Amino acid sequence: MATADFLLDYLPILVFLGIALALALAFTFIPMLIAPNAPDAEKVSTYECGFNAFDDARTKFDVQFYIVAILFIIVDLDVAFLFPWAVTLFNPTLGADRAFQIFAFWSMFVFLAVFAIGFLYEWKKGALEWR
Amino acid sequence: MTDLINAIWTYVSTRPTDHGWLGWLIPTTLQALAVLLSLLVAQAFLMYFDRKVWAAVQMRKGPNVVGPFGLLQSFADLLKFVFKEVVIPAGANKPLFIVAPILTFVLALVGWAVIPVGPGLVGADINVGILYLFAISSLGVYGIIIGGWASNSKYPFLGSLRSAAQMVSYEVSIGFVIITVLLLVGSLNLSDIVASQDRGMGMLNWHFIPLFPMFVVFFISALAETNRPPFDLPEAESELVAGYQVEYSSTLFLMFMIGELANIVLMCALLTTLFFGGWHAPIPGTPLDDLPVLWFGLKTVFFFFLFAMVKAIVPRYRYDQLMRIGWKIFLPLSLVWVVLVSGLLLAFPAIADHFQSWRN
Repeated sequence: MATADFLLDYLPILVFLGIALALALAFTFIPMLIAPNAPDAEKVSTYECGFNAFDDARTKFDVQFYIVAILFIIVDLDVAFLFPWAVTLFNPTLGADRAFQIFAFWSMFVFLAVFAIGFLYEWKKGALEWR
Repeated sequence: MTDLINAIWTYVSTRPTDHGWLGWLIPTTLQALAVLLSLLVAQAFLMYFDRKVWAAVQMRKGPNVVGPFGLLQSFADLLKFVFKEVVIPAGANKPLFIVAPILTFVLALVGWAVIPVGPGLVGADINVGILYLFAISSLGVYGIIIGGWASNSKYPFLGSLRSAAQMVSYEVSIGFVIITVLLLVGSLNLSDIVASQDRGMGMLNWHFIPLFPMFVVFFISALAETNRPPFDLPEAESELVAGYQVEYSSTLFLMFMIGELANIVLMCALLTTLFFGGWHAPIPGTPLDDLPVLWFGLKTVFFFFLFAMVKAIVPRYRYDQLMRIGWKIFLPLSLVWVVLVSGLLLAFPAIADHFQSWRN
């Protein structure tokens, strides 16, 4: 119980979520009730600058978007590892002594160096070039 | 799990007035309503302000018909959206098509729960406020990519792909910039971050001075993160008509618009909180110290003004240039800066103590 206490500070977020959701649903359904509704074949057709749609829109697309997404996951995880390190490193209330700080700094330095090597590799491989 | 449910129940039934769970729910709901409604009303005027700034740069008048000086323009727009027909394309995936704007809208508003607008004036004073905002802004990608995919049309599809790639690219440099701030503060709580910038010297203690390059990186990344000009490629009208919003009409479109604007204002508020001392007055010791909400609002509007000026002045980027800046300049720069800041703080403990002195 006592260990879960800090989670209780999060409850107002649920209230925000509820109000935002209610607003969103109101926005969604009010025009469906009060606005005119007269769909016809031309109106609900896919917009393609006046032409009829040539083919399905969900086709092949540039693999570069995938690469960016994959790189993002790696780098973002890296950032996620940095968060606890950055918060605790110089925090005097935690009582970390100087030797520990130096150790923590250099361990993270090695971690970031490994990350930097990977980053340079993908750079040289041309994963960041947008063609 | 049962422990947690019990704990939640004890909390809502005892805090803060011991009047049962209604005694907690009613004040919290009123507080949340006050935050969200004032945010939405403020957004209506910020939209007007944005258009006025844009018009002034181009020597036009801007909106000036509805109400005095056109002040009520945004409300007229709102009414017009509400009375428009909801057109859902025949080829669209209907449930997802409707869910996407709701998702964007809800996520943009929920992020505001942790922004402290004054001492103690915050919806949820959680320990990991920054991490929460980071998560919420990551989730924001979903609304756009779902909307673009569900439309089943080429322009929205391409627009959502571009938008997703762009948002995640700039997310990483934002992450590293936040790390540099955290190194100075030593807390993820947004109220603590604001409090740490008050060490008696007013604006000289704000983080934008020691971290100025990171402040600039954050500002530009915030522009890209919110699909704001000059990085508004997902909705570049000369190439993609309106990007992921092409097939949307009526309030579904309105929700995308409000969500986008709420995200922009959230980024302005985050700039204020991280780098510009939050609710603190720039010069301490004047009677104006007692107006925290005013200062917070002024700083946020100031950043919004900068966003509007950038939109009016800077030409749009090409997509490969946009990706080049994000991955090849901002990411290495912010990475090096993280090492630099932590190295400096480690080499000179006096500096670290100076930045941590807000705890005393």
